Amino acid sequence: MSTSADIGLWGVPLAILGGAIRVSTPFLFVSLGECLTERSGRINLGLEGTLVFGAMAGYAIAFQTGSAWAGVLAAALAGTVFGLFHGWICKFRGVNDIAIGIAMMLLGSGLAFFFGKPYIQPVAPDLPAIPLGWWSDVTQVQAALQINVLFLIGAAFSVALWWVFKSTRVGLTIRVVGDSTDAARAMGLNPDLVRLLATAAGGALAGVGGAYLSLYYPGSWNEGVSSGQGLMAVALVIFARWNPVYCFWAALLFGGAGALGPALQSVGVSQGYYLFYAAPYVLTLGLLIATSSPNRALEGAPGELSITK
Amino acid sequence: MSHERALPTGAIGVEAVGMTMRFGDFTALDNVTVNIRPGTFHALLGENGAGKSTLVKCIMGFYHATSGGVLVDGHEALMTDPKAAHALGLGMVYQHFTLVPSLTAAENLVISRADAPRVINWGKERADLAAFMARMPFHVPLDQPVNRLAAGEKQKLEILKQLYLGRRFLILDEPTSVLTPAEAEDVLGHVRALTRAGEITVLMITHKFREVTRFADDLTVLRRGSHAGGGAVAELSHDDMARMMMGADPDLRSIDRTGGAGAVVLKLDGVRATDRSGLKPIEIDALDVRAGEVLGIAGVSGNGQMELMEILTGQRALEGGAVMVKGNAFTATRAEAKAHKVRYLPEEPLRNACAPKMSVAENLAFRLFDVGAGPKPRFWKSGRQIAENAQAMIAGFKIKTASPQSPIAALSGGNVQRAVLARELSGDVDLLIVSNPCFGLDFAAVSAIRARIIAARNKGAAVLLISEDLDEILELSDRIVVMSEGRIAYETPGATADVAEIGRYMAGHG
Ligand SMILES: Nc1ncnc2c1ncn2[C@@H]1O[C@H](COP(=O)(O)OP(=O)(O)OP(=O)(O)O)[C@@H](O)[C@H]1O
Ligand SMILES: [Mg+2]
Repeated sequence: MSTSADIGLWGVPLAILGGAIRVSTPFLFVSLGECLTERSGRINLGLEGTLVFGAMAGYAIAFQTGSAWAGVLAAALAGTVFGLFHGWICKFRGVNDIAIGIAMMLLGSGLAFFFGKPYIQPVAPDLPAIPLGWWSDVTQVQAALQINVLFLIGAAFSVALWWVFKSTRVGLTIRVVGDSTDAARAMGLNPDLVRLLATAAGGALAGVGGAYLSLYYPGSWNEGVSSGQGLMAVALVIFARWNPVYCFWAALLFGGAGALGPALQSVGVSQGYYLFYAAPYVLTLGLLIATSSPNRALEGAPGELSITK
Repeated sequence: MSHERALPTGAIGVEAVGMTMRFGDFTALDNVTVNIRPGTFHALLGENGAGKSTLVKCIMGFYHATSGGVLVDGHEALMTDPKAAHALGLGMVYQHFTLVPSLTAAENLVISRADAPRVINWGKERADLAAFMARMPFHVPLDQPVNRLAAGEKQKLEILKQLYLGRRFLILDEPTSVLTPAEAEDVLGHVRALTRAGEITVLMITHKFREVTRFADDLTVLRRGSHAGGGAVAELSHDDMARMMMGADPDLRSIDRTGGAGAVVLKLDGVRATDRSGLKPIEIDALDVRAGEVLGIAGVSGNGQMELMEILTGQRALEGGAVMVKGNAFTATRAEAKAHKVRYLPEEPLRNACAPKMSVAENLAFRLFDVGAGPKPRFWKSGRQIAENAQAMIAGFKIKTASPQSPIAALSGGNVQRAVLARELSGDVDLLIVSNPCFGLDFAAVSAIRARIIAARNKGAAVLLISEDLDEILELSDRIVVMSEGRIAYETPGATADVAEIGRYMAGHG
């Protein structure tokens, strides 16, 4: 039996927590993808486009096949293709990864809008969520703890990625390539190949983040499905100092900021709440300014990254 | 060995036969043959740009020689890429560090192995590394990221890495140019002991004759890409070596000092800043440099000299105090530097004083590309002015470059140094700030550059010389101060300087 208890202002933190978990998942996947790519010494600003295209592809395939998981897989594949394309172009001399990223961002969104037109109306199946709030009678608690499977996968993945960077050959290879191309060459590694694969894997993760948008929250496909999560994730990775586990916490923080506006609205604050909708953007700016210094290089930044070099 | 390996151990011999290497229509190496006998310590000498680095990179498969081949233990070997060389037991420590800065020493060692495990069991690896280290003559901390290690420790780690990888033929490209004399002595002594024990063969590129006589068995000299001589070190004097390198008796100019100190040009007053790590303070209460004098700043690297240089070049913000040039506050803007005729030679000039991908000619024109005929700055750049300037400087400072149009990053280390000096010493100079001006230069270039510094002083320039080479400080300075822990710890006139006393202050206990 559940009661809709009147929990008053307690509803705000609860709604923020629930919102954080719900809103953070795309941040988490895109930032893990960006983290992986940047650790290999490349920056892929195109992940925003990958995210939007992943949202469209995931929704379309889920609708066609009737399976949300098929949609997730399709989004990951689409993301891989975008990543491969970015990685392939960047290997040519004189090509700038940031410029290509911006082009890919526009390309991804443009293609998604073009192919996505027929899927704005139909309803595709949702991704399943686990009701972790079963122990409580309070509906608000139950709602907040309705946790999507992808969030849990993402959380597990951030720990796994941290372990990969620390204790596997693949992870160390990526870090070597990201930190010093010369050292990598002297070791007989092929930096372009490593970066190509890292960018592809990063693209796949961003694609999955997109699928979450269209298949769970907000849970439909339209052209405004992303509100810049793909770009904010870049700032998030810097804030998280290129550490996948910190990426998880940072994604929760950004998710919480994103949930601030809706949470205030839900408890009946009717004025000025829309200002709080800007919280994630303000947070992005604030954190970047607060954590930077004119005198010190960013701790943990991969040495070959074009923005920190 | 710390990991299972079926390879045989012990030193191997390597012979490079008829090596030719062309970059475009520039011949960097011309039919060079060198034989390095197993278990010997072989030195490779040559002027800056003689082709030493190019030769060893061809041996290692880093460059593909235009023609010629490599024999390993008498068998022809195809060096398609460094991996092929590694598989045969050849290893190289490059002129620039190739350790991965953000990885720890342990991570660097493990990942450099060709058979690095897919999943690394750190417990086991650490135990193996400890066992390996126990057998080595020198040690480095394994759990620190490499970018926190001092230069000497990095160089030791580079050599340890090669031994850890089971290399039996080791190429060292100027291994001591980043080390203090004591560190160099220490590292090379251990390397020599390993060759004596028959564990490795060593080919070392160096500019220091002293190291050659002290540690090497055989030597080979390159001159302008060709084999210019060689033989057993025991039978050669330093003069013989110099003659082989230069092709004639070298003209080692030494210029006498004339004139004395004049008015104060550079004045530091209560300067405060933080060092690179952001933890230690730099505190220089008072420092004056007068016209017509060389003030030498001695000190072990990492005691704030690099930061002092950055303060003077405007790369590091002041937290307090003031830098004054001729009585005016100085923040190192281009306009101020021009007005007061301040010139710089920072360390790592390729990074700190050049645009690496721009051409040699353009880099040489950085001080004058906007100088017009009249008082107004020039708007349209003049290709002719830049070309003529480049031609004059390349000839005047003997800069070896394929063409004035090649990117400055393609020059050999010593030639980048010359190019920057050529640019900075052109025209009138009132204040010259130099940091380690002779790092990695051949002996002739060293004497030429020192002569130019003294010449600038004699013409009335104030010279601030920061150097880790105490001999250089003693030779050039009119006045010497010692920097330790970010402060000026000691001051003495150059003429009556007591080396032991300076050494004590450098070591931090005066
Ligand atoms: N990649 C390259 N492209 C074009 N020219 C090159 C390249 N590498 C080297 N050179 C030229 O070949 C010549 C030999 O260079 P090398 O680096 O072998 O000199 P070096 O003997 O090692 O000198 P140093 O003592 O200054 O290190 C130089 O004139 C250099 O400009
Ligand atoms: Mg060299």
